[in-house]
Amino acid sequence: MQQRVEFHARADRALHNPQIRSNFRYAMDGLIDKRKRSFPDLDELNRLRLRCAEIRVNALSKLPELLEQLEACCTKNGIQVHWAETVGEANRIVLDIMNRHNAKLLIKGKSMVSEEMELNHYLEQQGIECLESDLGEYILQLAGEPPSHIVAPAIHKSRQQVAQLFKEKFPDIPYSDDVDRLTRNARHILRRKFYEAPVGLSGVNFAVAETGTICLVENEGNGRMCTTIPPVHIAVTGIEKVVEKLSDIPPLLSILPRSATGQHITTYFNMITSPRKPGEKDGPDEVHLVLLDNGRSRIYEDQELIATLRCIRCGACMNHCPVYTRIGGHAYGTTIPGPIGSILEPQKAGLDRYGDLPTASTLCGACGEVCPVRIPIPALLNRLRFERVRQDHTGVTRGQGSQRDPWEARIWKGWSWMHANPAIYRLGIGLAAGLRWMLPKRLGAWTRVRSAPRLAAKSLHKLAREKGLDHE
Amino acid sequence: MSDARSNILARLRAGKPDMPAASEPTQIPLAGWDLHERVRQFRKKMESVRAEVHVTPRESWLALLRRLVAEKQISTLLYAPDGPLGEALFQAWESPGESPLIARSETLEEWKEELFFNVDGAITSSRWGIAETGTLVLWPTPEEPRSFSLVPPVHIAILEAGDIYNTFADLIEKEKWNQRMPTNALLISGPSKTADIEQTLAYGVHGPIELVIIVVTEEN
Repeated sequence: MQQRVEFHARADRALHNPQIRSNFRYAMDGLIDKRKRSFPDLDELNRLRLRCAEIRVNALSKLPELLEQLEACCTKNGIQVHWAETVGEANRIVLDIMNRHNAKLLIKGKSMVSEEMELNHYLEQQGIECLESDLGEYILQLAGEPPSHIVAPAIHKSRQQVAQLFKEKFPDIPYSDDVDRLTRNARHILRRKFYEAPVGLSGVNFAVAETGTICLVENEGNGRMCTTIPPVHIAVTGIEKVVEKLSDIPPLLSILPRSATGQHITTYFNMITSPRKPGEKDGPDEVHLVLLDNGRSRIYEDQELIATLRCIRCGACMNHCPVYTRIGGHAYGTTIPGPIGSILEPQKAGLDRYGDLPTASTLCGACGEVCPVRIPIPALLNRLRFERVRQDHTGVTRGQGSQRDPWEARIWKGWSWMHANPAIYRLGIGLAAGLRWMLPKRLGAWTRVRSAPRLAAKSLHKLAREKGLDHE
Repeated sequence: MSDARSNILARLRAGKPDMPAASEPTQIPLAGWDLHERVRQFRKKMESVRAEVHVTPRESWLALLRRLVAEKQISTLLYAPDGPLGEALFQAWESPGESPLIARSETLEEWKEELFFNVDGAITSSRWGIAETGTLVLWPTPEEPRSFSLVPPVHIAILEAGDIYNTFADLIEKEKWNQRMPTNALLISGPSKTADIEQTLAYGVHGPIELVIIVVTEEN
């Protein structure tokens, strides 16, 4: 219940914040338009979506075998593989590696899994500095805020807000709200850190089981820096990111950046298959891959909900979501916001904690329509709405039934009984039509911006009969 | 730690859903361009992400390079003496006094400071190119390490027109990547960039600010 109040309060605050409203509207309109222009051929788009969905479904259907194959290939190539059931275990694995190297600074590329782990917070408690190097993430770290979008984390901030932030944190650098200048300033500040950092951390976009290869998609070059310059590289990933074959990569690489930002390809696609080999002059001497479960294997058990795990984190669903565009990423209160977050996060943390998120949707269908791997997000939102009130406790989702309201349950029971009994149904409809003048003109929030609905004097059935239409 | 491994795998095996058997994969039509068209597409796509592309016959690429280096006022250009371009580059500048070339055969750690703060540019060969997306493909080697194409502010890449494939799918299949993945394989499409502030594109965040590609052709 607490979480529900918080979600509603945060959504309400966001809705009344004109800066958030306009920043998101502007950014989402831009991203929608760019995506559309990058798929001029709808037939190609449809084929590509089918193919990418097949690739992800195939990988999930063989997940345990592929994880073992990935581990075997990585190990053969010299990459050290670690398994973590919980974020606590994953954090400890990273900490152990840091300690073994007596490392006090971790430089990070963009990683949503490290956000899920709250790794920065954990390591900082242990006296280790974590530095975000993706420009958007770096800005947010300076501001002390979490990301509000999975691809464009600082999308809620305006240029002027970023300039102000730099002025506060770096009073020696002359003030500028010019985007090129701000970017160049960040380059100079972070360059020294890439040079110094003993350990670099990255996420993983795809892990190829066949070759034991970690693939990273990025534009800035900070991901390459984090995985090339420090002597140790740690990659963290959810167990679902594996694909079977190297030939699965080109279709995914074709659809991911186009769906995300409308780019035909990102500046860098970085494929890492081993640490530095004898004779090579650079690259990390140690590469670690941390495979995190954190509830994913439970999602895996459900025939329908497993589709959640196909996600390749492009963010197209949030870019196209009318709810996300209005309330922004922070209102959700989860690592991953938007439609995909509303199905993923309640399954990971439990419906008792995030049971309200599946209702934060108009079920307009846009998210499902743009999803590059064809996750039926609206159907899964609906399914979780059922899970949150189901009583039989036979599902796999944590916190099922936690949002059940006995009154609501009784009303629906009555509704279903009435619709199953024609005589009662007719009586009820007749009564409602007869007493329609008694309906209140004000219905709380609904009538603040709308007029109250009015029941018609005659039901549709009656009108149809009068017109002579027969039941078919 | 092995507990986590066996627990996760056991849960996945126990909960394994009944997935429909994979049917015939959906076919994605691949482009079938000829060499000339591949070069054209490569150039078009690369230029759309603000890379500088020059297409030149073999006999004049060194002269072009000298001109570009002078124009861009690159006074230190990192190169690989033992790499595929080493010999040609070495002879490109007549007197050592004029040559901007510098070479370092040490490991990164031994000259990191200089690489990070005192090198204007680096020149490398390219293993392949991809026409469809306008992409350079590098498999860095001990002679031409990964950091060459990453740390200096300008990256100049030489690409043989004949090494341009139509698509990435085509390339990895024909060159049998799955049997011989290198330590690091890189696809590079343009200079480093970001749109993290107000969705406004800005170039040269952490990687090279400028990417210059010389495509060498056999035609005159």
